[in-house]
Parts: sequence; structure tokens; C-alpha cells
Amino acid sequence: MAIELRSGVPDGAMAEKWSRHQFELKLVNPANKRRYSVIVVGSGLAGASAAASLAELGYGVSCFCIHDSPRRAHSIAAQGGINAAKNYPNDGDSVHRLFYDTVKGGDYRAREANVHRLAEISNSIIDQCVAQGVPFAREYSGLLDNRSFGGAQVSRTFYARGQTGQQLLLGAYGALSRQVGLGNVALHTRHEMLELVLIDGAARGIVTRNLATGAIDAHVADAVVLATGGYGNVYFLSTNAKQSNVTATWRAHRNGALFANPCFVQIHPTCIPVSGSHQSKLTLMSESLRNDGRVWVPRDQGDSRPPAEIPDAERNYYLEERYPSFGNLVPRDVASRAAKAVCDDGFGVGATGQAVFLDFRDAQARMGRPAVEQKYGNLFQMYEQITGENGYQTPMRIFPAVHYTMGGLWVDYNLQSTVPGLFVIGEANFSDHGANRLGASALMQGLADGYFVLPYTIGGYLAEATLPPADGSHAACGDAVRTATGRLERLLAVGGSTPVDDLHRELGQVMWDHAGMSRNATHLGAAKDAVRVLRERFWREVGVPGAQAGINQPLERAGRLADFLEFGELLIDDALHRNESCGSHFREEHQTDDNEALRNDDEYAYVAAWEYRGEDTAAALHREPLEFIEVKPSVRSYK
Amino acid sequence: MAAASSANLDLTLDVWRQASPDERGGFQRYEMAGMSPDMSFLELLDQLNDRLEREGKEPIAFDHDCREGICGSCGFLINGHAHGPQSGITSCQLHLRSFRSGDHLVVEPWRSSSLPVIKDLVVDRSAFDRIIQAGGFISANTGSAPDANALPVSRTKAELAMDAAACIGCGACVATCKNASAMLFTAAKASQLALLPQGQPERHQRAVRMVEAMDDAGFGNCTNERECEGNCPKQISFSHIARLNRDYIAGKLRAVT
Amino acid sequence: MRWLFELLSSSIGKKLLMALTGLFLFSFLVVHLYGNLFLFVSEEAFNEHAHSFASNVIIRTIEALLFLAIVAHAFTGLYLARQNRLARPVRYRRHRAAGTRTLASRSMLITGSVVFIFLVIHLRGFFYETRFGSVYGGESLYVLVTETFAIPGYAALYVVAMILLAVHLAHGVQSAFRSLGIESARYTPAIRAVGLFLAVALPAAFASMPIYFVLQSGGVI
Repeated sequence: MAIELRSGVPDGAMAEKWSRHQFELKLVNPANKRRYSVIVVGSGLAGASAAASLAELGYGVSCFCIHDSPRRAHSIAAQGGINAAKNYPNDGDSVHRLFYDTVKGGDYRAREANVHRLAEISNSIIDQCVAQGVPFAREYSGLLDNRSFGGAQVSRTFYARGQTGQQLLLGAYGALSRQVGLGNVALHTRHEMLELVLIDGAARGIVTRNLATGAIDAHVADAVVLATGGYGNVYFLSTNAKQSNVTATWRAHRNGALFANPCFVQIHPTCIPVSGSHQSKLTLMSESLRNDGRVWVPRDQGDSRPPAEIPDAERNYYLEERYPSFGNLVPRDVASRAAKAVCDDGFGVGATGQAVFLDFRDAQARMGRPAVEQKYGNLFQMYEQITGENGYQTPMRIFPAVHYTMGGLWVDYNLQSTVPGLFVIGEANFSDHGANRLGASALMQGLADGYFVLPYTIGGYLAEATLPPADGSHAACGDAVRTATGRLERLLAVGGSTPVDDLHRELGQVMWDHAGMSRNATHLGAAKDAVRVLRERFWREVGVPGAQAGINQPLERAGRLADFLEFGELLIDDALHRNESCGSHFREEHQTDDNEALRNDDEYAYVAAWEYRGEDTAAALHREPLEFIEVKPSVRSYK
Repeated sequence: MAAASSANLDLTLDVWRQASPDERGGFQRYEMAGMSPDMSFLELLDQLNDRLEREGKEPIAFDHDCREGICGSCGFLINGHAHGPQSGITSCQLHLRSFRSGDHLVVEPWRSSSLPVIKDLVVDRSAFDRIIQAGGFISANTGSAPDANALPVSRTKAELAMDAAACIGCGACVATCKNASAMLFTAAKASQLALLPQGQPERHQRAVRMVEAMDDAGFGNCTNERECEGNCPKQISFSHIARLNRDYIAGKLRAVT
Repeated sequence: MRWLFELLSSSIGKKLLMALTGLFLFSFLVVHLYGNLFLFVSEEAFNEHAHSFASNVIIRTIEALLFLAIVAHAFTGLYLARQNRLARPVRYRRHRAAGTRTLASRSMLITGSVVFIFLVIHLRGFFYETRFGSVYGGESLYVLVTETFAIPGYAALYVVAMILLAVHLAHGVQSAFRSLGIESARYTPAIRAVGLFLAVALPAAFASMPIYFVLQSGGVI
């Protein structure tokens, strides 16, 4: 198949591209909108905002989510905040600066025009959310409060205590619920997408399993929107929710949608370390902790004294030493790698040796304990809840964990994948964060896509597409239902005795050890073999009790793991092929003399979009070259 | 490390097992030996399920997702307490160090005719969605919003609204209420929006519609005993219920629907 | 009037009805107590007060409303209790209380029922006689009351009923204010305190009368 990656970025000056494009997009006659139907898969920030906005415009929308309620999508767990270029604090922010920071933060692997549009839209998002009743933090004046986040030089982050994601999602959920109540959205909860339905080469529907009854059904529409989040759980342990998975995007990939930059995985530096083999997921603590906490390890390996008794001279404040100007506030990828490096060298602390200290001793001396409590009290509480330790008295232990995935299905400027009629929004697409995402940018992107980009671009598609009438009786639906059912039957028929999670843990360990924070060709090669072996073992050994009918959680997990086992190999392939270090992707072969990432713009300034060619055939690489017109690539330096 | 690891625990669990909505359920006893105190309660169920799956038996079905107390998926009665004996947390945030070796724990699903059991510990909470769909929102279409700072909101009010908005929709309030009333859930959302200036135009209509949807779902009636507040993982104040009462009565008196 | 029906048939509306009728009945207790205090003054004063009450048109109207309120309060209470039971068809094996669930709040149905039964006996004994029976025929209400009060069994029943009434009111009064939506950080503690004081003080004052007359007839005082 000859695939030409056309980003479809409009001509014109960067700052005018989006408004120009909005004008150039064909409009659907208002009276005709109700004749079009759209399927939205996922109900997080991107999915809920898209479903609500499309329904408000008059389209007939069906929204699917795997949870018992749309409000439980994992966007709800985002703590920190959402960026916008409002410049309310008058500290020099602007659309251009947000754009610039995001492109630079992404280490020059994002598409400039998309990022600029994101920065332009950012302000409207805040307006919309406030109108919905999102209780953002406020000053005594009654006006909105901002904070500096993730090392940004300006205060552009809006927040609602430590529950910004929750509040934004509940706002979008409210908008979605309103449309459900009005009869404009058909809501299908506890439904998992298992297949994509293509008719005449265009995405026209999905096959779902009703997770409560086990029923398999085909749903047909004029376009399909995937808002199904990221694939961080390929590592088993991550800060993602337990049900977050790659199945929807992987099924779309197998049906022709290209998968872009799967190796770009963000590792968050301030998570609570693993406590034992029972660990089921990892918990993030807001990285705002790094504003006042100091990160260190003992200078002596295996120093078993209580941390408070280790004098300053015998502490290695490695971030402050290595990055004097940014210190503890270096970007996420840099902080994460540094923690791994000291632990690999045997300086790690705690029972597992896989942790570093985050110490508030000096902050308490400087600000007083009440001020620390005021600022971070809930995080200290959360830490104590999980570890049983008091972070005021003894330093907290932290370790990096998989948090967010920048890669995803390839989309053009219209957020359309390489399959016509298949749109991908939010974390599920690859577009805006390049090789590394800045803090408080994920919420911004999810809502930008859903509220303000997709409702325009999908109209442009529908106005121009010629779509033959189709319904669930179409042969393509029957085929897709058979594929999905066959796969479930196959999973149930393996009849082994190894629980799904055991195999998932093994996959996660392989991915974390060899395709995690720090990668090299040897390890990646070994990981590729290991994943293949594991995939074969999975189909031989997995035990899925129960039946297809009714709730069967092992069956759900088995289906998702089967896809992760295929996807994992693609992630490794992508990491292997990218012979450079950029953003979250650190290849040990490509580093400077003082162990910093060495980017290779001459050869790798492109989006790697992979085409599926069969289970036993290597994926084919397609390149979308990236041009940097406004923000000239430079070396990120935080020294 | 201080209190992080102490001796492992032996626990006896009586867990409600029910194959489907229409079948009768019953308690099943499981002995769990040598569990780490650092384990969360859901990880305890994971361990049990792992054992059951190895034996080719169906594991215990329970809703869960974020495992950090914000998605609202998980929740059951543990020894008679919604989300377990500690206050201010969800079941996934409960760690075994809250228990002693030898403890006998009864694990039951939320029980309410409006939140029926689907399987084991999984209940159908779609009634909550219907309450929100009836009016738990501000009708602001995308794109129609004025500048975010055009409407100042008193900081005190914003903080109170945030307190109410912290609701995660888990159902503990209904589960713990002796009448299985959903007033705290309904009041938390209605109150959040009633406290904000943006929510004023629809304030009374919202209260009326949400309460009607709540009544249609068949929840019990509030008898002002504050059990919901006592077991709410987000410690949402009972006072929001009085606000909802007020707004509902005013709404009916003004004939706003 | 459809809206009124809708209002009163909703969950909050039924609570509103409970609160309004409850507070109305509660306020009547004050008036009733005022009249009863004449027992301690003299036979003439008591009988005169009772007569003036019985012949006052406003009081007679309120009296009719009181009967309505009693019926509405009782039936709505029973209906709510039934609905609440239906809302949890399968009971918990183990369910521990949280919040401010008290003996009073848990036993509203029982205390209410007993007080209702007492009320029937009480009305038959005094109200019926005043309006249609012996007192209406010319006998002294004072004599009827004091003689009835002096029967130890009746006095005991009266005192028990008053204790249960106090328990009922201990939850009922503050709960009524909540149901009416009256709650604020500033005033609620005061409302609760005054409500609780009256909930105990009023029944105590009522109970003091049969106790007094039993003791008097027994020659203790």
C-alpha cells in the first residue's frame, strides 16, 4: 500500500494558519447536521468534550466508554493543572511563548502548526471551563489564580487544588450529560471497542463488547473518533489507571491507521516507589513538590543510617550539583534519568534500592512547617497513606514511573488518521507534545482537540465525503463482529493456568528494563525477542476462566494484554530505529561526554509513522519530515 | 525505614459472591495468609483473584481503575464501613496496615435497590448518571463563554464550591445511609453549581430536575442523620443537603420548571 | 395545584411536610403546656382556661388543623419508613453507623408510634370528654384530669410517653430545620441547642404533672 503522509498544514503565517483553515474548511449545512452520525470512543477530556460539542452542533453522537460512567475516565486523575496563554499574571506570557515552550519542551519532534494552534486555543478552554462551573483556584479579588508549573518561567497554569483533571473532566462530563439528557448523545457505558469497521476504505463503525452482558454488537456511523488515551500500561506498572489500554488504537492500527512515535513515553520523576511484588499500580505525586523539596541520595553506597542522621557533607544533591541553574526543577525526562542513574550505580535508598530521597527538611526550616503543610499538605497525606511514613519527619522516597505517552495514532492537521473518517484526539494521537510533554499540557491538548478542533475539522470531512448508506447489517460489520468474537473465543480456549496479570507483569518488566528510561540497541534487541517469546507463551499458557457472557474481567484483561504484546514490539522497533536521544527517548549510544541527550536533527527530525503489515511481518516505516520555521532547534540545556 | 514494614498478616475474608443480577448470592470464605501490610485492599483482592484464577475459578469481580482514590470506581462495605474503617479514603487507598493479623473481614457490595448488584461486588450506578443528565450542569455551549476573568467569584464561595465538587460519585453515601438515600451525591453537584455565579440562572430548575431524577431512581429519603458525610471518602459536608432542600422548595414554589 | 401535589409527593416534599407538621405540633405543645400549668393554680383557673379555649373559634380551627397535622405526620412518616425500607431490599450482614446517627434518630418510627398510641388514649380520656362526654355534661375537667393523673398506672404511661416524646423531639426538631433547608455555620449550633433544650424541657414539664398528682394523692406531698 502506498501511503503518503500529508499533514495538511495550511499555508500562510504560523499565527494565521488555524483561522485561515477554519475558513477554508467546508461547512455542513446546519439543517443537515442531524443527518450525520459520529461515534466517539472514550469519555475522558478529549472524548467527552468532543461528544458534547458535536452534539451541540447538531450531529447525532454515540459515545462509548469502558467504565460504568463517563466520569471515571483516567483524565480524572490529573493533578497539577492546565496551561493557557492568558498572561493574567502579567509576567510576559503570550500565545507565542506557550507555543515556543511546547515545541522546545517536546525537543523538536512535534508539528509546529499543531502546537501553535494548541497555544491559540488554550485561552478559550479556560473561558469554556469557567462558564461550565469548574471551580478553579482564585485570588481574594475573585479573579483566577495561576501558578508556575513544571519548570516554566511564567505562571500560566490554572488549577483546582490538586484535582484539576477531575474538575475539568466533570465539566466536560456535565456538558456531555446535558446532551445525553437532551437525547442528542446515545451513551454506551461498560462498552469496549474491539474492532474498527471499514466500509469502502472509510471508518464507518466499531464493534463493541458490552462488558456487563458480554454482548458483541456493531455500531455504524459516518465517522469514528478515538479518544482512548495512551498505552503506558504496556509497562504494567504505571501511573495510568488499571483499565487504560491500547486496544482501540491498536485495532485501528491493524486496520490501516499508522502508529506514530510509539517509543516516546514520558517517565514522571516523582512517583511513590514500588513496595513489593503485590504492587498493582504506581501513584504520582505532583511534581510541584520539586519546587521546595530537595532530591538526594547518600554519598556512600548502602548507607543504612536513618536519613535525618546523614550530614549534608555525606549527601549527594545530584540534581543541584549537575544542573546548577535549574537544580531540582529540571524537566521530567532529565530528572527521571538522573534518578535511574544514581540507583543503577547502587546509591538508591529504601528496601528495594529503587528510590531517591525528596527532602523537605530545609524547606521546613526556611518556610516553617505550617507553610509547607499549607502548600503540600495533601501530598504528604497521600504519601503517608500509601507508605505509612511521615514525610515531614523523614524524607519521602520517590522513583520515576511511566506516566504519559506522547506517541499515538498518526493524525494530520485535521486530527484525521490515515484511515479516512477515523479521527484521533487527546493522548491517543501523537501530535502536539513531540518527544516530551510539558507539565499541565495534556489537559490543554485533550480539551483543545475535543472542544475546539475536532468539531470544525470533522465537519470539513463530512461535508466533502461521499458515504454510502450503511447499517449494522452491512457485510463489513458481520466480518468485524466475527473477528472480534473469534478472538474472544480463542482467548477463552487457550485453557492454560497462568493468570493474565502474571504475564502482563512479565511484559512490563521486560519493557521497563530494556525499553524504559534509558535504552540501547543490545537491550532493545533482547527485549524484542523476549516480547515475542512472551507473546507465544501467552497464547499457550494464559488461563481465562469463565465465559464470554456476563462480566468477565480476566477476559477483558486478556484481550488488552494480547494487544499490548503486539504493540510492545512496535514500541521497541521504534526505539531501535531512532538512533538519537531526544526528549523522553534516551539512547545510551547517543549522548554527550557529560551524559546528556544527543539529538540528531539531520537524520531524525521526522515523525516515525508505522504501518501494520501482519502479525509476523515487520511494520513499515513512513516518515513525516518536521520543519521548524518559527522555533529553530537548539540544544536543550538546563545546566 | 520507620513503620513501613512490619510482620505479615493473616486475614479471613467473607466476600459476597453473586454470579449475575438475577441469581441469589451468598458469602464465600477465603483465608489469606502472609499478606504484606503495605498492600492496598484492592491488592489483597488481586492476590486472592490470582489464586482463584490459578485454580481455574472465576475471580471476584469488582470495579476499580485509578487506584488512587479519584475515579470513584471502587467501593464496598468492609466490616460494615463503606470503604473500610478509615475515614476520608476510598477502598483502593485502604492499606492492610489498618488491620491486625487474624482479623475477620466481611466484604459486601453497596446495597440499594437503585444500585443493583451486577456481579459479586460490582453494582450498577447508572442512576447517578441519570441524576446528572437531568440537570447537573451549566448549560454553556462550547464557544459561548465570555473571558474567564469577566466574572469574579468570591474566593470563599469558590472554595466551598470546590469542597462540593470533590465528589467522586462512588456511591458510599447511598451505601452507608440507613435509608439508601442519594441526597449527598445529588446535593454535592447541585450545591457546587448553586454556589457559583455561573450557576445562578438555572439554580432552582437544576435542583428540581435533579431531585426528580433522584426520586425516579427509587432512592430512599434523607432523615438528616449525616451518615453519608461520616463515610464520604471526600468528606463532603452534609450542609449541602440543606442547600438543595432550600433550592428545591424555592424552585417548586416559584414554578420554575 | 398540581405543583403542590408534585412538591409534597417528592422526597424533599415529604420531608418538608414532616418538618412543617412536626414543628406545628411541637409549637402546639407550648400552648398546651401553658394551659396545663393552670392545674397548679386552682380548679377555677384551669377550668376557666379550658372553657375559654374550647369556645374560641380560632382555637377550634387550629384544633382541626392539629388533627390534620397528626394524621399527615403519622401517615407520611409511615410511608417514608416503608419507602426507605424498600430502597434497601437486601440488608447488610454487617453495617456500622457513621455520622451522627443516634438512638433518637434510629428510633423515630418506634417513638413516634408509641406517642401516637398515647395520643389516642390521651384524646379519648380528656379531649373526647371535654367536647362530647362528661365534662361537656357539666363535670369539672380539673377533677377529671387530677383524678386520672392520680392513677399510678396512667401516670406511669404518661411519663413513659413523655420520655419517648423527648427522644422523638431530640432528633425531630433539629432535623425539621434541616429539611426546611435552614442550615448555616453561624445559626445551626444555636438552633440545635435550643431545639434540644425544648425537646427535653417540654415533655419534662408535662410529665411533672401526673407525677405531682400521684405523689399528692399518695400523701407524699
